[in-house]
Amino acid sequence: MDVVAAKQIGAGLAAIALAGAGVGIGSVFASLVATIGRNPASRPHVFTLGMLGFALTEATGLFALLIAFLILFA
Amino acid sequence: MAAEKHSIDALGQFVLYPVFGNVGRSLHIAQSNVLMAIAAILILGLLYLGMRPRAVVPGRLQAAAELLYEFVYNMVDDQLGRKAHAYFPFVFALFCFILFGNYLGLIPGSFTYTSHIAVTLTLALVVFVLGLIVSLRVQGLHFFAHFLPEGSPIFLAPLLVPIEIISYLSRPISLSIRLFANMVAGHVLFEVFAAFTIMLGSLGVIGKFIAVAPVAVNVAMFALELLVGALQAYVFAILTCIYLREAAVETHDEALV
Repeated sequence: MDVVAAKQIGAGLAAIALAGAGVGIGSVFASLVATIGRNPASRPHVFTLGMLGFALTEATGLFALLIAFLILFA
Repeated sequence: MAAEKHSIDALGQFVLYPVFGNVGRSLHIAQSNVLMAIAAILILGLLYLGMRPRAVVPGRLQAAAELLYEFVYNMVDDQLGRKAHAYFPFVFALFCFILFGNYLGLIPGSFTYTSHIAVTLTLALVVFVLGLIVSLRVQGLHFFAHFLPEGSPIFLAPLLVPIEIISYLSRPISLSIRLFANMVAGHVLFEVFAAFTIMLGSLGVIGKFIAVAPVAVNVAMFALELLVGALQAYVFAILTCIYLREAAVETHDEALV
């Protein structure tokens, strides 16, 4: 197989990891909404934790982006 | 990239080039270093000029400086408690440097120094080494007991200890890659959508009308990037706080990588 074609297929496959990141971020915000819905007074405290969880989860998706860049350009 | 007529040069915006002519070339001053200096001057200028009036009812600049200061102060206070205020200047400097770096990079034609792994990994390693020094100073040799979680059966030690060590050592990597990859991803998306506009614009009259759509997307993206820039600075600072709390306070928290 052509090396360029193989690289592009590989980079495309690396994007599959985004499914996990999507599920994770959805889960974080679903829990956040449910928590604030149950107890609106907890919002200021829970919101920062939610943002922290979002950033930690989002990083896993970005690792996949990094792998895709490494495959394409390294 | 494919050799088309309009290929998208998504990563060309991150290339460093020497500035200030021959002087900059011999001193190896890139645009990245210049923007770091600008960020430092802006931070110091905001704090100095903002706090100079020392008014009880703050003006606009003083309100901005106080907002920045109190935001980080409350964060450090929540995470580290009153005993560990020695770390506040470090966290404040880190937060401001990353925040101003992210926001300066959003100015068109500018450069994001936080989009280089060399910069973010240096910041993350400073945090990591500081955490290591503090934990060895505060806890002494008891620090190594953290690599076996309390109450776990001893026959699991060959499995748990390597996992804990790897998770501890991967902290600077995940801390640096999170910031760097967020910035790169955002700016690549800007570039890609801007290139779509140019591509569509060369497709005749109908293409010129459709070319408005990527511009609109870029405007929305800009709002998102303003959020992401602040959020990543916040996350970097709060993770620093959490690592320092783990180092300076005896109890072992759940692993946050």
